[in-house]
Amino acid sequence: MVEDIYRSLRLIRRTEEEVARLYPSDVIKSPIHLSIGQEFVSVGVIGAVGDDDVVSATYRGHAAYIAKGGDLRRFMAEMYGKANGCAGGKAGSMHLIDMERNVLGMSAVVATTIPVSVGYAMALKREGRGRIVVCFFGDGASEEGVFSESLNFASLHKIPVLFVCENNGYAIHARIEERWANEALSRRVETFGIPARHVADGNVFSIRKAAEELVGYIRAGNGPAFMECAAYRWREHVGPNEDYNDGYRERAALEAWQAKDQMEVVGAMLDQGRRRTIDAGIEEMIADAVQFADAGPWPEPEQLYAHVFAD
Amino acid sequence: MSSPIESGRILSYGDALCEAVAMEMERDESVFVIGLNVTDHKAILGSTRGLVQRFGPDRVIESPLSEDAVTGIATGAAMAGLRPIHVHIRMDFLMLCMNQLVNMSAKAHYMYNGQLKAPMVVRAIIGKSWGQGAQHSQALHGMFMHVPGLKVVAPSNAYDAKGCMIAAIRDNNPVIFVEHRMLYYTDAFVPEESYTVEFGKARIVRPGDDITVVGISNMLVESLRAQELLAEIGISAEVIDPISLAPLDMDAITKSVRKTGRLLVVDNAWTSTGASAEILAGVAERLGGERPIMVSRMGFAPTTCPTTSALEKGFYPTPVTIASRIHRMVRPDAAVWEPDAGHAEMAYQLKFRGPF
Repeated sequence: MVEDIYRSLRLIRRTEEEVARLYPSDVIKSPIHLSIGQEFVSVGVIGAVGDDDVVSATYRGHAAYIAKGGDLRRFMAEMYGKANGCAGGKAGSMHLIDMERNVLGMSAVVATTIPVSVGYAMALKREGRGRIVVCFFGDGASEEGVFSESLNFASLHKIPVLFVCENNGYAIHARIEERWANEALSRRVETFGIPARHVADGNVFSIRKAAEELVGYIRAGNGPAFMECAAYRWREHVGPNEDYNDGYRERAALEAWQAKDQMEVVGAMLDQGRRRTIDAGIEEMIADAVQFADAGPWPEPEQLYAHVFAD
Repeated sequence: MSSPIESGRILSYGDALCEAVAMEMERDESVFVIGLNVTDHKAILGSTRGLVQRFGPDRVIESPLSEDAVTGIATGAAMAGLRPIHVHIRMDFLMLCMNQLVNMSAKAHYMYNGQLKAPMVVRAIIGKSWGQGAQHSQALHGMFMHVPGLKVVAPSNAYDAKGCMIAAIRDNNPVIFVEHRMLYYTDAFVPEESYTVEFGKARIVRPGDDITVVGISNMLVESLRAQELLAEIGISAEVIDPISLAPLDMDAITKSVRKTGRLLVVDNAWTSTGASAEILAGVAERLGGERPIMVSRMGFAPTTCPTTSALEKGFYPTPVTIASRIHRMVRPDAAVWEPDAGHAEMAYQLKFRGPF
């Protein structure tokens, strides 16, 4: 398990660093919202579910896509806008999808995927195979009315969905203190009759353990559950850079999180020879994905009009 | 009233909708109904009557007052293979659904490159009359026609209501299904068997030579009344029901205008940037330079709908104002003509007493 967690953390981190490295060259013309530093939330939670379960994420969704096993080549090609991307170039970074790996489409409009996840999970409940949906969103999304509406509906109808709030404390650049009258999000959620866990330690194993418990609760037919996971966004809201010179947050906060970087913490638990082998394999995968994206064809012009309507 | 068949069984608009939904639920396990008050004793003007008793609360789901979330839930369920019908007792509540409809449902198939589709029906009832007022008298189909990925239909009679509903449920896209409150008081011949009315096909309801009149939703009914009044003075209006607004059958409308040289669009909505503007522009583009045409449009007064009947009566086109406009277009040199108002009472005024 430790090795799997490390591999996933490392793959996401290095893939995003490669995206950031390539970005100034303009081969990627899509707004990117990097998960660097907060990958451990996706890795911890998704480790607790199976291949048949469905994961829904936000525009900051690279980590969830990769952690769920989304095709890395098609991911990179999608960044490039190529025809062999996971959505033929129509999605870019913000609307990733891989239904073969049960990665449900992502959305750029905050909170819109929350009810969609509930609806998808309602269909899974009817299907009766015990599958669930994991719905990731940020702290900002919890302020939208549709969040409360979705919690109520999911609890009322015992929908098998795990809500996961990745709380990184910022909505673009607005601090949570400027947005929340009260930080007791988990207690707010509990009033809907939904069990809620707040994992504040930034530890991937704590997240994994809480997720496993809640997934068990959901699979037993009890309805939805909720997790709030503290995290920190190392880079700027959108784009490849850091933005600690912009004055809205302090580098000290970053350094505190970097000191407990889960990729390094988990990596240190491994045999270091083994770790080097894993790292080398990951570099090969990323190089291969970049090559795949680079060599991929552009979509044909008529694709502009493909899929406006479903047949 | 405007059913294309002329014999058989008579059914009301609401009963036709209910029958269509029941038949599809019987045929296809994946169809379900969700909405506020779909299971209560009034059953959305009767249009969902008996469904919960027949199919159970898992397939006819009472909804919280959460229009935005329920639209998203319907979208997600549709993505997972179900076929939701989301019901709104008033179209105005669709404003709470715009985010999901415009940002998610309409775009899902496109932005995910065909990996997902959202086959869902959104039923929206337009209010009118007896002081429905500012927020229960508006028609918003023009807003939805603007967005690629959404289909919009506005059947004007019970026959089309049933056929369009069956087609909408089977359609693999989100369909905004526009129903006018006043049409619920109309009956038509409706076949007992299952059938579909194809989207994107307009119907010539009354043939004529002097002018083409396109009537949308309830205004088709008022346009037909105007056509009858005009026939008495020898003006022959060709009345077209577009039925489906997106896709829109511009070919049929253009063909008619090519013949008559005159086009009046009567919309059950405001005119600016709406369906009437779209239809006029479409005809002008297609006939540009081919022959001179005279165009005009009618719709809601460019105001918010007032509640008091003293003002409300000026808000809507009526058979009198429609007939008068047509007369002016066909006989521009004649003296202004208006049919006798007593002769032109609107159908609903005979039946409707309120409160709803």
